[in-house]
Amino acid sequence: MLDSVIFYFFAGIAIVSAVLMITRRNAIHSAIFLITTLLATAGIFLQLRAEFLFISQIILFVGGIMVLFIFVIILVRLDVPLPQVRWRTQKWIALLVTLAVGMEAGVVLWFARKIPGQGLIFPNPAPADKLHPNTEELARSLFGSYLLPFEIASVLLLVAMVGAVVMAKKRIDA
Amino acid sequence: MPIGHYLFLSLALFLIGAIGVITRRNVLIVLMSIELILNAVNINLVAFSRYFGDVAGQVFALFIIAAAAAEAAVGLGIIIAFLRNRETVLADEMDLLKW
Repeated sequence: MLDSVIFYFFAGIAIVSAVLMITRRNAIHSAIFLITTLLATAGIFLQLRAEFLFISQIILFVGGIMVLFIFVIILVRLDVPLPQVRWRTQKWIALLVTLAVGMEAGVVLWFARKIPGQGLIFPNPAPADKLHPNTEELARSLFGSYLLPFEIASVLLLVAMVGAVVMAKKRIDA
Repeated sequence: MPIGHYLFLSLALFLIGAIGVITRRNVLIVLMSIELILNAVNINLVAFSRYFGDVAGQVFALFIIAAAAAEAAVGLGIIIAFLRNRETVLADEMDLLKW
């Protein structure tokens, strides 16, 4: 019961602020609403008893990525609304296509619920003590069976860092 | 609580992100919508991880966060480099390669 209340609370916040995020004209407002969505998602992670991801979501997404976004928005002076343009028919078509895809996925999810023997698609929750303590379990898995992907992720981050510096630095010659 | 709730929440956030990617002109907001899509996928992974009692889903969610950070860094670098050359952040004005 309490679980559902917490879930619906965070889910409502997430969806409302996601809609606000893609409709605001001001880029700074969009960034703020995206931060709200990410925080609500962090709450859902906590409700799913993924404590480590809850913390890393807040520190990495909100504290790292979104601060970077806001710095760039301020740097390129986007914190004023852009001039109004007409809402073209092309955008309505795009909206329609997206909603069609969404309806399709929703219908599949909705009817898959009613198929008998669907334990694989919609399993019952594992006992709450199965994942505890979460951080220790995660570390065991990350540095055990997923050690190679972990190392590759570090290479990916190094490449991204070098790429960002090369991209953003001023060209000295030319 | 059935897992369908999480799947529908994830689907809703994914679609909102997709609409943002398709309809917005500002490249920065397009990048933010991509972050939202990655986040929606994370909800799915964590929900299945909880319901199967297997921590692997959370490991993959961590990798997705790392990939999102890399993508944000490179994407913003490209935007700054582009802004220095063309003075615009609107996707429909970036038409140099358009036929």
